Amino acid sequence: MTTMESTDKQQHTVSGAEITLDGVSKIYRGQQAPAVDNISLTVPAGEIVMFVGPSGCGKTTTLKMINRLIEPTSGTISIGGENIRAKKVDELRRTIGYVIQGGSLFPHMSVAKNISIVPKLLGWNTSRVKDRVDELLDLVGLDAAKYRDRYPRELSGGQQQRVGVARGLAADPPVILMDEPFGAVDPITRQRLQDELLSIQRELHKTIVCVTHDIDEAIKLGDRVLILQEGAHVAQYDTPEVVLSSPANDFAQDFVGAGSSLKRLSLARIADLELKTPTTAKVGDSTAQVRSRAEANGDGSVIVLDDRNRPLGWPWLRQLTGEKIVQPSGDLINLDSRATLNDALDTMLVSGHGGAVVTGDRDAYLGVIDFKTVTDFIEEMQREAETETKAAPAAGSDEHPASRISIAPTDEELDGGREG
Amino acid sequence: MWDFVVDRREQLLINAWNHAYLVILAVLFATVIAVVLAVVVTRLPKVEPVANAVSAAGLTIPSFALIGLLLPVTGLGDVTALVAVTFYAVLPILRNAIVGLQGVEPGLVESARGMGMSEPMTLLRIKLPLAWPVILSGIRVSLQMSMGVAAIAAYVLGPGLGAWIFQGLTQVGGKNAVNYALSATIGIVLLALILDLALLLVGRLTTSKGVRV
Repeated sequence: MTTMESTDKQQHTVSGAEITLDGVSKIYRGQQAPAVDNISLTVPAGEIVMFVGPSGCGKTTTLKMINRLIEPTSGTISIGGENIRAKKVDELRRTIGYVIQGGSLFPHMSVAKNISIVPKLLGWNTSRVKDRVDELLDLVGLDAAKYRDRYPRELSGGQQQRVGVARGLAADPPVILMDEPFGAVDPITRQRLQDELLSIQRELHKTIVCVTHDIDEAIKLGDRVLILQEGAHVAQYDTPEVVLSSPANDFAQDFVGAGSSLKRLSLARIADLELKTPTTAKVGDSTAQVRSRAEANGDGSVIVLDDRNRPLGWPWLRQLTGEKIVQPSGDLINLDSRATLNDALDTMLVSGHGGAVVTGDRDAYLGVIDFKTVTDFIEEMQREAETETKAAPAAGSDEHPASRISIAPTDEELDGGREG
Repeated sequence: MWDFVVDRREQLLINAWNHAYLVILAVLFATVIAVVLAVVVTRLPKVEPVANAVSAAGLTIPSFALIGLLLPVTGLGDVTALVAVTFYAVLPILRNAIVGLQGVEPGLVESARGMGMSEPMTLLRIKLPLAWPVILSGIRVSLQMSMGVAAIAAYVLGPGLGAWIFQGLTQVGGKNAVNYALSATIGIVLLALILDLALLLVGRLTTSKGVRV
């Protein structure tokens, strides 16, 4: 597993570079009002910063000025302290990953060719490129042997998007720009892709700037959230916690929207909660032994893992037939440990087990989160909020974020929370 | 007629060969010219309607008339034939090449540029391969059409099977008039089918599996 080793090495040496925007403006030809009006901003190295705002607020323009797809009318942008105008534009772009909606894969190139574009532009030799492609496919959770020679149209939307992320990471750039990366996939796939991005970021520590119009996505993924209003005026630039608990102005308040208390479920990560560890089995284990182990633990179902500890399925005991454990059919929806309680509730609702399987780096199995753990946690949050309110009644208006958390959110509330 | 063909098989084969050669050469030139023009046209949005109008109007010029117009410039012979056939061959390819290049999704081009591909590289590695199936179908139309135009080109002593058709026409009522005209015509039709098949094969080999229909 040489590919795994090389990633482990990179984990500590490579991290992102700081991006600074200083008084950057963009006025499109023939327009009076600037699309971006004098924005100054620092994106710290190794963090994910989410640009969020209504359409036409200039967030995409701001993003594209960083890789010079759009040239600013005035102001300077630098990456790692170096002005982006110091390099030739194509050379600059080869050091910045760029991921856009749907993955935007080139349909006439295989998955491997798509991923290897930038490494080849940089003159890597063939064997290095090949190793890198396999490593990246592994990183984004696709089986390299199975997928490297496929064409984009032979992949699902989620798989295409994964390849798009792999392509953005291909030459190991310190900075990655993403433009509505998960806009074109269904909600469950989107949640999974978000989880994977967080898991990848935990390994790589890149500087990621990501544009979205979805405040929930911004809160979930961002180390910091930048809320922009028309003309790319900064309404608020802060951590998700602060953005939710104290919006800087009316615009931010409106944008974060009603039900922000429910959104706070998006701040608590599964990693903060205790996981259950029910009986597990590997493919190829003796069914009889697994059954007796499960019965000894009092479990009605077991979690089947593959040889690299990734969960494959969660069958009930009665579904275990045959002498050896085989790969279960059906798709298991698992959660990354960085996923939010919101995601956890969503996933549990579609799972028949009243719980969800939690995974860590590279989809390795960590444990199970069950409904009771989540509701207990919410109750605890509520109790804490109440004591806080009693201690400081002045702050305890009915706008207090935590005071409105209901133990069992209704479907309506969940939907509202998702759409933001 | 069979005896007629067998007796003159050598001349027939030479004529067929020359006919094919003229058409292939003309279509090759036309492809290059059309693609270059299309690249220029798609970069200058103002020129595009002009190009479309020209390629539509161009096809309405009778080939006899064009050949007549060319005579004072290029004289009798192969060059006039080649120029005339190439002129007609350009038109369908040009139209398809413009459509094909415009059909490339802007997001893909932006992606390519955003990854650090230069503009010529984006053209060669992204735009043209993606537009290729459409361009190719233009080339097929062009090839079929050029077969007929090349026959007319025999009027100015161009090479190919057209010569026998004209010979047949001038000898109407003569013993071999029908034989001349018919064998040349059938020859052209057969040649057209063979070349179309060959082009189909070329298309299969040059179109990525990822965009094949």
